[in-house]
Amino acid sequence: MTINGWMQIALFCALVLALTRPLGGFLARLYAGERTFLHPVIGPVESGFYRLSGVRPGAEQGWASYALAMLAFNLAGFAAVYGLLRLQGVLPFNPQGFSGVTPDLALNTAISFVTNTNWQSYGGEATLSYGSQMWALTVQNFVSAATGMAVAVALVRGFARRSAGGLGNFWADLTRSVLYVLLPACILLALVYAALGVPQTLEPYVSAKTLEGAEQTIALGPVASQLAIKMLGTNGGGFFNANSAHPFENPSELANLIQMVSIFAIGAALTNVFGRMVGDERQGWAILGAMGALFLAGVALVYWAEVGANPIHAALGLDPASGNMEGKEVRFGIALSALFAVVTTAASCGAVNAMHDSFSAIGGLIPMLNMQLGEVIVGGVGAGLYGVLLFAVVAVFVAGLMVGRTPEYVGKKIESREVKLTMLALLCSPAATLIGLAIASVSPLSLAGLQESGPHGFSEMLYATTSAAANNGSAFAGLTANAPFWNILLAAGMMIGRFALIVPMLAVAGSLARKPVVPVSAGTFPTHGPLFVGLLVGVILIVGGLTYFPALTLGPVADAFATAAGATW
Amino acid sequence: MSAQTRSLFDFALIAPALASAARKLDPRQMIRNPVMFAVEIAAAVAAVLFARDLASGGSAAFSGQLTFWLWLTVYFATFSEAIAEGRGKAQADALRRTRSETMAKRLLGDGVGLEEIAAAALKVGDVVLVEPGDLIPGDGEVIEGVATVDESAITGESAPVIRESGGDRSAVTGGTKVLSDRIKVRITAASGSSFLDRMIALVEGAERAKTPNEIALTILLAGLSLIFVLAVATIPAFASYAGGVVPVIVLVALFVTLIPTTIGGLLSAIGIAGMNRLVRFNVLAMSGRAVEASGDVDVLLLDKTGTITLGNRQAAEFLPLPGVRPSELADAAQLASLSDETPEGRSIVVLAKEAHGLRGREMGPLEATFIPFTAQTRMSGVDMGASKIRKGAAEAVIAHVKQLGGTIPAELAEIVERVAKAGGTPLVVARDAQPLGVVYLKDIVKGGIRERFAELRAMGIRTVMITGDNPMTAAAIAAEAGVDDFLAEATPEMKLALIRREQAGGKLVAMCGDGTNDAPALAQADVGVAMQTGTVAAREAGNMVDLDSDPTKLIEIVGIGKQLLMTRGALTTFSIANDVAKYFAILPAMFVTLYPSLGALNVMGLASPESAILSAIIFNALIIVALVPLALRGVSYTPSSAAALLRRNLLVYGLGGLIAPFLGIKLIDMGVSALGLA
Repeated sequence: MTINGWMQIALFCALVLALTRPLGGFLARLYAGERTFLHPVIGPVESGFYRLSGVRPGAEQGWASYALAMLAFNLAGFAAVYGLLRLQGVLPFNPQGFSGVTPDLALNTAISFVTNTNWQSYGGEATLSYGSQMWALTVQNFVSAATGMAVAVALVRGFARRSAGGLGNFWADLTRSVLYVLLPACILLALVYAALGVPQTLEPYVSAKTLEGAEQTIALGPVASQLAIKMLGTNGGGFFNANSAHPFENPSELANLIQMVSIFAIGAALTNVFGRMVGDERQGWAILGAMGALFLAGVALVYWAEVGANPIHAALGLDPASGNMEGKEVRFGIALSALFAVVTTAASCGAVNAMHDSFSAIGGLIPMLNMQLGEVIVGGVGAGLYGVLLFAVVAVFVAGLMVGRTPEYVGKKIESREVKLTMLALLCSPAATLIGLAIASVSPLSLAGLQESGPHGFSEMLYATTSAAANNGSAFAGLTANAPFWNILLAAGMMIGRFALIVPMLAVAGSLARKPVVPVSAGTFPTHGPLFVGLLVGVILIVGGLTYFPALTLGPVADAFATAAGATW
Repeated sequence: MSAQTRSLFDFALIAPALASAARKLDPRQMIRNPVMFAVEIAAAVAAVLFARDLASGGSAAFSGQLTFWLWLTVYFATFSEAIAEGRGKAQADALRRTRSETMAKRLLGDGVGLEEIAAAALKVGDVVLVEPGDLIPGDGEVIEGVATVDESAITGESAPVIRESGGDRSAVTGGTKVLSDRIKVRITAASGSSFLDRMIALVEGAERAKTPNEIALTILLAGLSLIFVLAVATIPAFASYAGGVVPVIVLVALFVTLIPTTIGGLLSAIGIAGMNRLVRFNVLAMSGRAVEASGDVDVLLLDKTGTITLGNRQAAEFLPLPGVRPSELADAAQLASLSDETPEGRSIVVLAKEAHGLRGREMGPLEATFIPFTAQTRMSGVDMGASKIRKGAAEAVIAHVKQLGGTIPAELAEIVERVAKAGGTPLVVARDAQPLGVVYLKDIVKGGIRERFAELRAMGIRTVMITGDNPMTAAAIAAEAGVDDFLAEATPEMKLALIRREQAGGKLVAMCGDGTNDAPALAQADVGVAMQTGTVAAREAGNMVDLDSDPTKLIEIVGIGKQLLMTRGALTTFSIANDVAKYFAILPAMFVTLYPSLGALNVMGLASPESAILSAIIFNALIIVALVPLALRGVSYTPSSAAALLRRNLLVYGLGGLIAPFLGIKLIDMGVSALGLA
């Protein structure tokens, strides 16, 4: 580990922290329906949309109708993406003349983009036309991110409101997220990326003759525009198969830094929105503090693991001082690859700038654990906040009793209904991951797609089912996932991981909103200090992580010990 | 407390609890507790596997021991509940004896004739006659007469109490005994739903319904168990990928150690013990919900008299009018008080002696006649020949002086006001038509009460003093006692309005009261403690009854409620934190055959895979029984801020819960391998 490496990590953290408060303030005003500096320009567009669709943005929805609106919108999104991919062959903007996508791949891809997972069973430049990338995938990149932001804000309203029936209006929250946040920021970012060298063109791929005289096709396309939302909306679906390890998708260190910061920007700001809306910004900082502690621990572990040399390589005469550079871009090196891997799995982004499969066993374990904890370390836009708030509810319920009062969080009593729904929401992701993994472990169909055997092969499967259920979308690689078995198994995991969590979570929000607020006193369980941060970290690790211990032991942990012992499969 | 701790494992309680615990193993009862029900199923599966091993010659010694300890785990849980109930049962049996076979003398419709009828046959509205030596046949209200009643059967207090018609002391309880005089009692509770019946049901735990927080916790524990079902049930598939098989009995063992059995097993005992702690404080909670609510209380409404101040005021100073010597005033005041047996009167005599060296005198030789206080005159005093000395409320004495043709100096009003402002009661003394001055009667704030309120404030509880005094007096006493707020010249309506206002702000309010006019406020309060000496209406309205009728107890009740919740939270945290160590014991043991290098995870250095698994299961069972005393006694509790409590408990039960099983399992493993059990 080098000073330089840590400086770069520190710079990243400083930028995210610096953005949290201003962006949080803007978002809080936006979701409260107040005017922002963007209203003079965007306001008319927004109200135009409402007039067209007949939405009354002030009409309050209860949790059930909020959830129904969210589900209906996402179902329509799924149908649209599926249809567009299947019909790709006859649709315009297809200079490479790609044919329609197969049914199982179209299903997997549609669900992948609706659920903000962006798992790539497809190979971007080899399967999808410019048209499909733009109107199917990029559109979903925007609206799936906006869906996450909307439902997170609905949960925050549940905590913030007193004795209220409604959680806000899904259509208004969705529209505002897209129009005021994602769209303007992405236009700006796309221009920056283009300036840094990311292609933005509708021209067909370029053919070039290499020095050796071979023919090479260089893939191009409207990359910068998709890259912007892929990061900001924590989508992660790359334009190219190699994702942000591809030089056109990540041309320089500056582009790399901007990408990482934009993954965390909205997620971190939403913790501040939470603090502001419940009337105590410290509550938001405490949540971000717990996230930050887990994040830094993860970064340090991966960095440390990757700097360490692979004993098997060392035995072959490789210089141990170079660390584990397999699968990493030399341009980024170990520190930035480690940081990127933790950022992308802590948030539910899934973009990669290095191949996680080639990380050391422990270096690969942390990204998996990040996802298995529910991606609550900053997390996906919206998803991270509502995920961590569910853990906060459990933390407060378990330990809150220890101050001699029935549990309450930011003034709301946590009672059996909330506990029931929270447990239901927290159960679905482990269920999807572990049951999916169990099926994959015994099915010859799945094992056929594995590159490795032994613990590392198990890790590849574990990573895939985890990434799907956590709606991350990053891949460990090494697993040939574009086969009907994996496409369908992972599609199911993505669906459960997204909607089976959101619906009970919204029910929690509805139930909380109806409650009165208990005033704070010296007897109130303090949820803004370091003590709570420590408690929350403990609960996330124990309640969220223990479930995966057996699987992790048979995968990366066994892998690590085996590597240390020089065993191979 | 020491006496109660001693009886914790009284053998007389243990023997019946052992039997009762066995009966509780019935799955139909167990299902109420999902975590322990899951353990019972696991134990049954283990028993089947053991039988199979016996038949097939498998490793029956290992599966046999596991089966034994799994059943013991379930049994320890039911035992903890049984022993908690047992302590209440002993008390209930004593109560039940008093209830049996009482006969009642029911008044016939004409109001004169009597008939003998079994107490159990009485209906609400019947009027019965109770004479000295009779047991009062049912709960009711005295409608005629005054009697002394021995209520020791329910309160444990042997001094008899007065019960009379009208007034605030009209309620009588079935099963108590009339010692003197005859009273007519109208029955207000049908047989089976009387106070005594409810009390028996409560202390026995027969009617124990789960409280809201207990239900929520049960759901959380069930949810955690479900997550661990997933974690364990998927292991065989993972193992098959690695080319191996994990024995089912090992999976069963892992599952039982992971699910929160410690809190699951003790949850019910904690609840029962909390109720019993209240009973030992001579407070009956009508529902567990009320006990929980008392932990949440934000505002305490406390009556001034008897709670904050001693019931009696005491003379603190003689304040003569200009031109009157202090000793002259003291002398007159002393004379007026010599035969005054009220605490105030006696305190004047004491002050006169202490401040002015005036000794007590005999009334006889002075040829004095004592004029006692009446509600009409609002004065008392003494007549010596033609001389009349009077002391009393300012207005009354002033009127008396004016009637005798005297004049009132302007300074008198000043002194009177000064005393009132300082929180005292001014007692004006006059000899004939001449006012002499004022005796400053002071409300004596109870010793240590200020510190109690400071503690409550640290716990985040606001205290409000309720008093009939005028605002000036009230403010002075409030300042001296250190309460946060006061309600002066309080009427029942104002109390009710205050409670509603606090509740509208989301706060939980506790109060105590005794009179019928307290009933609406008692019913409105989240925790309403009715005094046993109070009226039937008050007792019905409150959700707790204090058998000692001591309003200060409200503070203890809050403490007991908090302790109950803290015990629950501490054991839940402990239970969940335990899982880390258990994984480290069982996972390497389970997987070492698949990947031998995983043996490195055996950080505790446990002797063998079998002994690791067995030790984890034994630890899991023994920790339940080891924590029974804690569950029954409650975690130690000193009033302090939530932040301080959390820091301490998180350290003890959170960190302790992480570390303790590492040590415990290692120790057990050493024993197990030394004995060659596995």
